[in-house]
Amino acid sequence: MKRLNLHALLLAAALAASACVTINIYFPAAAAEKAADRIIDDIYDAKDGGAAKPPATTPAEKK
Amino acid sequence: MQLLPRLFAALLLTLFASLAQAQANLQINTPSIETLKKSMRERHAQIKPFLENGAIGLTREGGVALRDANAVPLPQRAAANSLVAAENADRTSLYKEIAVANGKPEWEGEIRSTFSQRWIERAQPGWYVQNAQGAWVKK
Repeated sequence: MKRLNLHALLLAAALAASACVTINIYFPAAAAEKAADRIIDDIYDAKDGGAAKPPATTPAEKK
Repeated sequence: MQLLPRLFAALLLTLFASLAQAQANLQINTPSIETLKKSMRERHAQIKPFLENGAIGLTREGGVALRDANAVPLPQRAAANSLVAAENADRTSLYKEIAVANGKPEWEGEIRSTFSQRWIERAQPGWYVQNAQGAWVKK
């Protein structure tokens, strides 16, 4: 009985670990988002030149 | 008897934590990615007026599309179409190059879907973007 438990535990640990691999190693989603944002900002902001972010054109809507 | 599985689990955790750490950043500084970025940066200045008047929209597949040809004056229509085609070609190359630069060509599809979300997320108010069902919505 004790041995069976141990095997089950080992199997569970291996499964849990491989699940982590699938998520973290296979595709680093957070890193990809960060990389995408860096590239997209670079492309979108090109026309505005400076690092300062100009406010979106909001004429007299604000009080 | 309890020690073995614990040791085993701890070992696995350490191993995977270190592997995950190695993937914290994606490599995006390669000459080919720089070239693509430059080309897209320059093209964006030409595409922007069409994004603003709704002629061009951002697709859910990480590209752009001419969604309202009538918003483009007839003489400019061919140019608008080539802008869309060139932009989509560059974007496809960009996704592929990022995957390759990280030694994982098989990531191309996931990189594309990540980008498609981020392009839309960072689009300016008033631009048209495609929702998950493929319908055009104004941001």
